[in-house]
Amino acid sequence: MNGVHDMGGLECFGPINPDANEPLFHDAWEKRVLAMTVCIGASGEWNLDQGRFTRESLPPVDYLSIGYYRIWLTALERLLIRRNLVSLAEMESGHSIDKAKSVKRVLRAEELDAVLRAGAPVDRPASSPAAFAEGDCVRIENQHKAGHTRLPSYIRGHVGIVHKIHGCHVFADDNALGTGENPQWLYNIKFKAQDLWGEARRQAAFVHVDCWEPYLSAAADA
Amino acid sequence: MSEDHDHHHHHDHSHLDDTALRVRSLETVLTEKGYIDPEALNRLIDTYENQVGPKNGAAVVARAWVDEEYRQWLLKDATAAIASLDFSGRQGEHMVVVENTPQEHNMVVCTLCSCYPWPVLGLPPSWYKSAPYRSRVVIDPSSVLAEFNVTLPEGTRITVWDSTAEVRYLVLPMRPAGTDQLSGAKLAELVTRDSMIGTGLPLSPAALGKDDSHKNRSSTNAPNSQP
Repeated sequence: MNGVHDMGGLECFGPINPDANEPLFHDAWEKRVLAMTVCIGASGEWNLDQGRFTRESLPPVDYLSIGYYRIWLTALERLLIRRNLVSLAEMESGHSIDKAKSVKRVLRAEELDAVLRAGAPVDRPASSPAAFAEGDCVRIENQHKAGHTRLPSYIRGHVGIVHKIHGCHVFADDNALGTGENPQWLYNIKFKAQDLWGEARRQAAFVHVDCWEPYLSAAADA
Repeated sequence: MSEDHDHHHHHDHSHLDDTALRVRSLETVLTEKGYIDPEALNRLIDTYENQVGPKNGAAVVARAWVDEEYRQWLLKDATAAIASLDFSGRQGEHMVVVENTPQEHNMVVCTLCSCYPWPVLGLPPSWYKSAPYRSRVVIDPSSVLAEFNVTLPEGTRITVWDSTAEVRYLVLPMRPAGTDQLSGAKLAELVTRDSMIGTGLPLSPAALGKDDSHKNRSSTNAPNSQP
């Protein structure tokens, strides 16, 4: 879905204002939101890409203004309601009312270190050879999907070079639909900055973007 | 003006309290329903507040600076090379390290959300997750560097890496001049978080010396490791 989260190339947001002495969290509740989101992820009720799609589907004005951990909180609430894990009445009352739904897993404190250390690798065995090789010229498909995609708009339609083949990875666009992982070859594609932004912006020599094979088609040499 | 300001302040304040209550309510519901273990939450927070952070990445960089074999391994198979130092896991499952050279400076971003290599850098700073950085660094990285007070030598190419998939990028900055005598531990102190994102450069040994005067020196490896 074309949305405001896909902001690469916009220049309307003003200065970055980095704060060298910034605390890791600005409020105690931010820590709980981060931890709740990560821990309940273990329930298996939604995957990483569905979580991302929920966050980027918030109303654009909210997405740009409520702050990072409020985006996480709002998305978490939405997912809990949609999966019938928590009801609106429960959220409003702050207490459990209905019987809990049985979930695949509850992450216990004693398991936490091992779970964080293991992570969740997304590389999968390939069912077919990679269509492109390092050095190949590829054109980025001009796709505008209705659902989740990790194809940023600023590279659509452009030509780049296959810089590296990462392997076969869970395809985020399909994983977000909840219809399976549908692993696809993942490539790092190298773009000349002036191809993306015009001659005037040539100081950024190159921009590299990771792209799954369904985002790509063969192109004549640039 | 001042009325306006007061009003704003007031509004923000109650907004914050509302959010804190909302979060507490949600955590209570999830705990009562048995979906979460509050102790696991505490442990996760402790992990990212006190254990996992840019010190990990700095150890990786310092090792690459003193160990050529390790540097080559890191550039070829960063996931394995980093795991060999015992840093691995969530949001660092698939690592790639990109090396700065006199010709090329690398910068990392996630234009679509906030992807960041947690096992080596910890949780991202606010600016990394913010719209101004995410949007502008791919089109005008030199203006971003200027905001971070970074000046590159004339003619340095800038390469930007957009983390759109589950691959996470770490910049291997150049070893500062005048550090030949420094031990690995001292070198690691020169490696800032921002130098591993590409919005900064490592500290100079002179800066480290200044820093040291305020620090407990007991962690210093050897008396002659001072610049």
